[in-house]
Amino acid sequence: MIAGLEPLHFIWFLLICVLFVGFFFLEGFDFGVGLATRLLAKDEKERDTVVQTIGPVWDSNEVWLITAGGAMFASFPHWYATLFSGYYIPLFLILVGLIVRGVSFEFAAHSETKKEKNFWQWMLFVGSLIVPFMFGMIFTSMIQGMPIDENFNIFAKFGDYVNLMSIVGGVAVTLICFIHGLNYIRLKVEGDLRVRAEKLSQKLYPVLFVGLVVFAVLVYRNTDFIERRPVSTIAILAVIVAAAVAAYYGALKGKETLSFLSTGAVLAGIVVLIFNGIFPYVMIGDVAANSIKISEAASTLYTLKTMTIVTACILPFVLAYLSWSYYIFRKRIKVGEGNEHY
Amino acid sequence: MDILTLARIQFGMTTVFHFLFVPLSIGLGLAVAIMETLYVIKKDEIYKDMTKFWGKIFLLSFAVGVVTGIIQEFQFGMNWSEYSRFMGDIFGAPLAVEALLAFFLESTFIGLWAFTWDKVKPRTHAIFMWLVAIGSALSALWILAANSFMQHPVSYTINPETNRAEMDSFFGLLQNPQLWLEFPHVILGAFTTGAFVIVGISAMNLRKKRNIEFNRKSMKLGAILGTIFAIATMGVGHQQMIALATDQPMKFAAMEAMYDDLEDGSWTAVAFPDTENKDAGFEIKVPKLMSLLMGDDGNTTYKGMNTLDKELVEKYKGEHDIASFYVPVKTLFWSFRFMAGFGSVMAIVGLLVLFFLRNDKIMNMGWALFGTSLMALAPFIANTSGWLITELGRFPWTVYGLFTIADSVSPNVTANQLLFSNIVYFLLFALMGTVLVKMILRENKKGPYYVDPDAANNEIDPLAKEEF
Repeated sequence: MIAGLEPLHFIWFLLICVLFVGFFFLEGFDFGVGLATRLLAKDEKERDTVVQTIGPVWDSNEVWLITAGGAMFASFPHWYATLFSGYYIPLFLILVGLIVRGVSFEFAAHSETKKEKNFWQWMLFVGSLIVPFMFGMIFTSMIQGMPIDENFNIFAKFGDYVNLMSIVGGVAVTLICFIHGLNYIRLKVEGDLRVRAEKLSQKLYPVLFVGLVVFAVLVYRNTDFIERRPVSTIAILAVIVAAAVAAYYGALKGKETLSFLSTGAVLAGIVVLIFNGIFPYVMIGDVAANSIKISEAASTLYTLKTMTIVTACILPFVLAYLSWSYYIFRKRIKVGEGNEHY
Repeated sequence: MDILTLARIQFGMTTVFHFLFVPLSIGLGLAVAIMETLYVIKKDEIYKDMTKFWGKIFLLSFAVGVVTGIIQEFQFGMNWSEYSRFMGDIFGAPLAVEALLAFFLESTFIGLWAFTWDKVKPRTHAIFMWLVAIGSALSALWILAANSFMQHPVSYTINPETNRAEMDSFFGLLQNPQLWLEFPHVILGAFTTGAFVIVGISAMNLRKKRNIEFNRKSMKLGAILGTIFAIATMGVGHQQMIALATDQPMKFAAMEAMYDDLEDGSWTAVAFPDTENKDAGFEIKVPKLMSLLMGDDGNTTYKGMNTLDKELVEKYKGEHDIASFYVPVKTLFWSFRFMAGFGSVMAIVGLLVLFFLRNDKIMNMGWALFGTSLMALAPFIANTSGWLITELGRFPWTVYGLFTIADSVSPNVTANQLLFSNIVYFLLFALMGTVLVKMILRENKKGPYYVDPDAANNEIDPLAKEEF
């Protein structure tokens, strides 16, 4: 076993991973839907319909991120502090994206002129573009190793954040979110819009496959994932590719549930790949000695134990009513079916 | 400017802006839940109209509250990483529980509430709103549990090896006496905020003779809630003040602009303190009032800032070498008077509104309606003042007596990064604030019975079997 690593450390490392998986699986399609407002919808009516598919759920999807942030703060304060201060500008841009996107729903709904509404819907698009791209960049630059000092602080240069792999990572995550969103639209709407979403996604899969291959090569070249953990890393990469193929198959055969679950699995796979790759560290240093171990970053066992009990008590209820809310909004929407948002 | 100043500006700016909308949405959430419950019980359509109309304003304010809340959460790690390292073991837990217990509840049921009109039974729909209201109250509880620790640390141990504060007991954290003064004060203040915004906007409409019956009922409900909650807020605030005299005497002394020890039990109504010479300056005193307020016998001495500063410098010598413990006196002194003053005015106006609503006398009192409509602003002034006292008054500490603001800031963030984010945040806040106010006023002008001509032809039956 790894020195100093307690079961509770591992549980919370896993839980943070699960929270990020939840975030990307759920909010991932919200971002994709946001992108679809400009890249799929042709007119205002279609745009409204597209936005309406996520209207009731985007807010609770975003809470996965807020919970991940809070849980990271509570269980691994040093991870939270190192990551958040070290990635100041990318995270700041994520916040800007989340802000303009978060108010755009209400503000667009209460706009009076076309111009005003258009502005806030553009904000939805811009926010939906910035956030997944920046997250992709953060995660893929993080795993290449960052210059961390003995006090756990990152003093990084521009090239540490922005390099070939992090840009590929950013584009890839954005693209997958977009396809994931298209698959969600295929699930949620009827008529021409649904057909077009399927067609557009069919065209995008080949691009995604190229992207995934480039990403896999960069993982091999720029990280020590395959060196340190060859079997699991390659297995997860294989699952990611298989899920992408399944999603493509679903698009060709008109099976939207399969496609949706598969693109969700691709996003989940990427998160798992990263968490699997960095284990038993939370942050990878540019030199091995600078990496921060899970056990070094963690809170006391008492805090972790308390948090585990609290989570075990609350989480089942949260998952139950979240699922129930998706069940309530399960029916498909027709274009022009109007302003549900009273 | 240095990073410390810039980080403090950012924290202050975000907190103040965030806390304009949080109490508004908490307060409106409760009021809307009550309105909808009245609709379910009385089956009177006007309560449904009220629920929908004030619900719209609620949703608008909620949206801005949420997005600014995310900044708050991320800011600890981004701007105050050393604080996060020192405090994470304690501060993180309530923050995570807040997300898990409150935010999921709020956000899920707000989605359900906003999009299931006529889809579920009225009673179920009302329950959704109550769950939203409960969620936001719980959120306040947990975030204030964290803040209470910063004001009055309890049940912790400083680990010399890791150099951080570690939690001794989770229940101990929740039993913090500070929490059980701070939480009721803040939550009741939030309820007051929602109520007086309803009172103010309704008064404005009544003055312009818009939808008389609707606004009369709204104003009445708002005034009942507002009066009760304003009085209750002051009651708790009074208890808080008494606790403050022993827990954070410097804050207490600054709120009263007391440089010298207070021995005669008098209360200072007006003061223009001379911060350079550490002198009270011009002041107007009311004899015996302080003793009356504090419930003592008139012989109790309250230490002034000059005495306290010497004591604190001595107390923390060697551990935290801080040259001066003076807090921003003028801001604290006047903030307290604004908070308590506007609190009292709200309570009085609430009572007067209720009195003159009998026989609808108030309908013909244009000036009174005008004055009442201005009351929509009062809770925001009071809330902001309250937080200025709380947060500025713990200077130079982030965690009282344990960890300083200067030690809390992220060492790896540059001044340029902070300057950039400050400017962008400021512009975003200005944009959101302007748009929000514009949209609320616009919705109000349209009124509760406005039907969107575009939406009218979209009649569908969502309850029809084939839809499922």
